[in-house]
Amino acid sequence: MRKLLVANRGEIAVRVIRAARELGIGTVAVYSEADQDALHVKLADERVLIGPPAASRSYLNMDVIVTAAVDLGADAVHPGYGFLSERAEFAEKVTAARLAFVGPSAETIRLMGDKARARSAAEAAGVPTVPGSTGPVDGLAEALAEAEQAGYPVAVKAAAGGGGRGIRVVADAAELTEALPVARAEAQAAFGSGLVYIERFVPNARHIEVQVFGDGQNFVHLGERECSMQRRRQKVIEEAGAPGLPEHVRTAMTEAAVALAKVSGYSGAGTVEFLYDSARGEFYFIEMNTRIQVEHAVTEMVTGRDLVREQLTVASGAPLSFAQSDVEFRGHAIEIRLNAESPDFGFMPSPGVITSMRMPGGPFVRIDSGFGPGSEVSPFYDSLLAKIVVWADSRAAAVARMARALDEVEVEGVATTASFLRRVIGVAEFREGLYHTTFLEDWIAGGAGK
Amino acid sequence: MSEHVVQSPLPGIFYTKPSPDQPPFVEVGSVVTADTTVGLVEVMKQFAEVKAGVNGTVTEIHAENESIIGPGDGILTVEKG
Repeated sequence: MRKLLVANRGEIAVRVIRAARELGIGTVAVYSEADQDALHVKLADERVLIGPPAASRSYLNMDVIVTAAVDLGADAVHPGYGFLSERAEFAEKVTAARLAFVGPSAETIRLMGDKARARSAAEAAGVPTVPGSTGPVDGLAEALAEAEQAGYPVAVKAAAGGGGRGIRVVADAAELTEALPVARAEAQAAFGSGLVYIERFVPNARHIEVQVFGDGQNFVHLGERECSMQRRRQKVIEEAGAPGLPEHVRTAMTEAAVALAKVSGYSGAGTVEFLYDSARGEFYFIEMNTRIQVEHAVTEMVTGRDLVREQLTVASGAPLSFAQSDVEFRGHAIEIRLNAESPDFGFMPSPGVITSMRMPGGPFVRIDSGFGPGSEVSPFYDSLLAKIVVWADSRAAAVARMARALDEVEVEGVATTASFLRRVIGVAEFREGLYHTTFLEDWIAGGAGK
Repeated sequence: MSEHVVQSPLPGIFYTKPSPDQPPFVEVGSVVTADTTVGLVEVMKQFAEVKAGVNGTVTEIHAENESIIGPGDGILTVEKG
């Protein structure tokens, strides 16, 4: 690999450019008309305008991006996360242009992108799945029978959904009868497919995921991440590792994740997401994300391994640079996602120009951001302003460090979630590591978020 | 009778319909109430519904589907009544 086109923007584009530069690989940034002065554009060796601000006409425009890569003599494309990162068709187009796609094969992306097929693959690998239908349900009668078998409450999920979208929870048969046609119509509108399936819904569930890596021959895990602190099913705080997870569960979960990577002949970085029922002590496969994750940094902090560099070397055809026995875990890491949103006004997005931006510093504090003073936070993309990641030798010390780091944040020009996150860090449930996926919304609804 | 121009509350991308293959929320001649959704503004991947704000009839539509709009930009005109 000599020249890499980074098909993304914001902090992840910056992250990839940094890894490439450290490997001596040239970089090409792509940008929309709204991102002319963005940090990723400034840091790359070369840059190419790919279209107007709307993502559908720039960062999601596969043909324009592949053509740019070919025209500028790039030999590889890194998709980042979001945008085209899990579009099998994009991986195919990149490969057809004789460029390396930094990620697994199009076939694997397609398999894991179809929730019903992914679930079958997990079952084939011996990975526990949530009790429910093994595939899409055809009619109401089948849906009711599957729900009865799984046990209420159940979730109706879009087969083509993801990122927590396209899910409805129903408490009984009457609610299911009412919700099924609506869920189908929503799935059709949002994902282009009206196929839905039925799963048992676990109250007080935790979302714990395992970082895996493969080179097509060897498969390893890099431990788990706790991602239960969520708002509107979007992760707000992530930790490595998961507080209070029994050691035998951790072992079984990480082994299950590696087994799934193995059956799919996985290549590159991937994340296997599990739902953890702490009352039963059981975990179930949710989905596999076939890309680098936003929260990969916490894993890097506790393992001391550069996951993006590893993505690039594996995509160049090199074997994994480490074996499972080389992976050691030290201390604890926490990440918060600082968003340009106004917590006092229902988390309303807050686009604008950043007039001043002071990020925290000091020992074991890492900032990944695509912005700086003078940057414009445009209304066209997501609201992630910066990731603040801290490491410490114990979880308690990491919590204290994150609180201290958040106290140092000062941003003017746009609203941020810093003060809100600071309050969450101080809550007893967080400090004690006793929270689940609905904790934060309940806490906000109870008025404690203000 | 008087006219009311519905303005975008936010900067972003304006959509006249709930999804690409569905009909628009309203058209010229549509009768609306204050609570009728007349469009969506996508800002930072969140969708905000724009309400008519008054009762009446849509007489003109100013903002095109998928166009870029700013806060205060006129979306459509409603003749009150």
